[in-house]
Amino acid sequence: MTALTHALGDSGTMVARQLRHLVRYPSMTVLLAGMPILFLLLFVYVFGGAMGGGADGTGNRAAYLDYVAPGVMLIAVASASQGTAISVAMDMTEGIVARFRTMDIARVSVLTGHVVGSLVQSMLSVTLVTAVALLIGFRPTAGPAEWLGAAGLLVMVSFALTWLTVALGLVAKTVESASNLPMPLVFLPFLGSGFVPTETLPTALRWFAEYQPFTPIIETLRGLLMGTAIGDSGVVAVAWCAAISLLSYLWARKLYNRDPAA
Amino acid sequence: MTQPTPPMAVTVTGLRKSYGDHVVLDGVDLEIPAGTVFSLLGPNGAGKTTIVKVLSTLIGADGGRARVLGHDVATEPDAVRAAIGVTGQYSAVDGLLTGRENLMLMARLNRLGRARGRSRATELLERFDLADAARKPAATYSGGMRRRLDLAMTLVGEPRLIFLDEPTTGLDPRSRRDMWQIVRDLVADGVTVFLTTQYLEEADQLADRIAVLDHGTIVAEGTAAELKRRIPGGHVRLRFNAADEMESAARALGGEADADALALRVPGGGVASLRDLLDRLDSASITPEELSVETPALDDVFLALTGHRGADDNRQKVNR
Repeated sequence: MTALTHALGDSGTMVARQLRHLVRYPSMTVLLAGMPILFLLLFVYVFGGAMGGGADGTGNRAAYLDYVAPGVMLIAVASASQGTAISVAMDMTEGIVARFRTMDIARVSVLTGHVVGSLVQSMLSVTLVTAVALLIGFRPTAGPAEWLGAAGLLVMVSFALTWLTVALGLVAKTVESASNLPMPLVFLPFLGSGFVPTETLPTALRWFAEYQPFTPIIETLRGLLMGTAIGDSGVVAVAWCAAISLLSYLWARKLYNRDPAA
Repeated sequence: MTQPTPPMAVTVTGLRKSYGDHVVLDGVDLEIPAGTVFSLLGPNGAGKTTIVKVLSTLIGADGGRARVLGHDVATEPDAVRAAIGVTGQYSAVDGLLTGRENLMLMARLNRLGRARGRSRATELLERFDLADAARKPAATYSGGMRRRLDLAMTLVGEPRLIFLDEPTTGLDPRSRRDMWQIVRDLVADGVTVFLTTQYLEEADQLADRIAVLDHGTIVAEGTAAELKRRIPGGHVRLRFNAADEMESAARALGGEADADALALRVPGGGVASLRDLLDRLDSASITPEELSVETPALDDVFLALTGHRGADDNRQKVNR
């Protein structure tokens, strides 16, 4: 009982620390939200006119915005998780984590602090991206229940990617490599159904796109927001999130508990 | 709850640690009585930080046993952690938080309670001369301020044993003296201090007992006075304007003459021997152009104790 209350108390303390970091260092959140916003504007205004035709046959920019917005929201989540890897790696290279390790506190609390802090940052970033999308004409058909479902899905994806990037931040030897390791995550939505329907892709790429986790996640999110068919994508998306969360958590915990490198 | 402090704060037997085939600790034995200051003296790469890391439960040892305040570091790490405080070589402060927030973070992690934490933070900010900077982020602090904040954070939980890993490395002389005074005050409160340093003077100033670590083994242990007896004393160097002055000084004082530099190197350097030396120069009516006292450096200690000069400089330093 006391062990649990201590773990909760210590985690709460570490979450408060991370939230204070967000407030002190807002430029990080702005920077992380900046990239998906740039992608959004780039795709809608530069490629939108040409791509709209290929995407759903109606050839209009507004329709393409509705098509890509869910993918860009996921890029925002992936981009925010890149920040997690950076802040974990920074923490590990500073002496503060060595201090925490020599204190009688719940070990996992340092990591839970990072995960919850990053989750908040990620949601802020997604909110910003969604606001920009709405501002330039994104018109979802979702009702309150669908919005809630979409938010829940984004939290699940963010939770999974954050644990994954916590592990990447721990495995990285330097802050620079920590910022590069999660890069593929940002590009995975491009190699799925985020920007074009997978049917338009060449065979090998199409096979990859149909089986990688981002495609069912994007399809589910798009279904919730735009009312397209979800099918079994929902179940697959949730299963992916759960599996990535669990494995990444176990990996991160193992990395954190090993002796710090020489 | 508080257990009686065992007579030995730290007991280490046969401690070994290697990184790959690089042996860092090669069978270290230590005993540190509670309530004393113990200093581990050695050059970079000797293994000082590694010992601190093992004793503070940061890393595991490959062999040997270590007990800290009655608890085995390998089997009861949490009990050890609850009783110790560690201030490492690299400041362990959160740069984005203010000085006060850093202390409040420690207060919460030590479960002091809000009111108690607040008063402890205020007390430590005053004591470490950080009250004016309490609301500034620690990233804006000077090296000395960071080090003081770091130590203040270590003290929030009132540990009974404090590890100070090279607490003054990189500090200016004034900050170094401040830090020494802080350590003395700690001892007055009955805390046991485990200090590592590469400065002989620092160990001399602060420690009850000193152990000299070289290539992962303890090569000498004792009080400062005991160790100094094993170290060649200092020298007085005299420089003259003319060769004949130097020769008559050499006849009066003995010592090693360096004809090219017109200099004479005489053993000694304490106040008494210096006074005697000046008296003898006076009665021989010799006035040297220049007089300097050369005190033994850590390198001399090493030469005397190990027969080689320090550890190789190019050896990889084990930091983390």
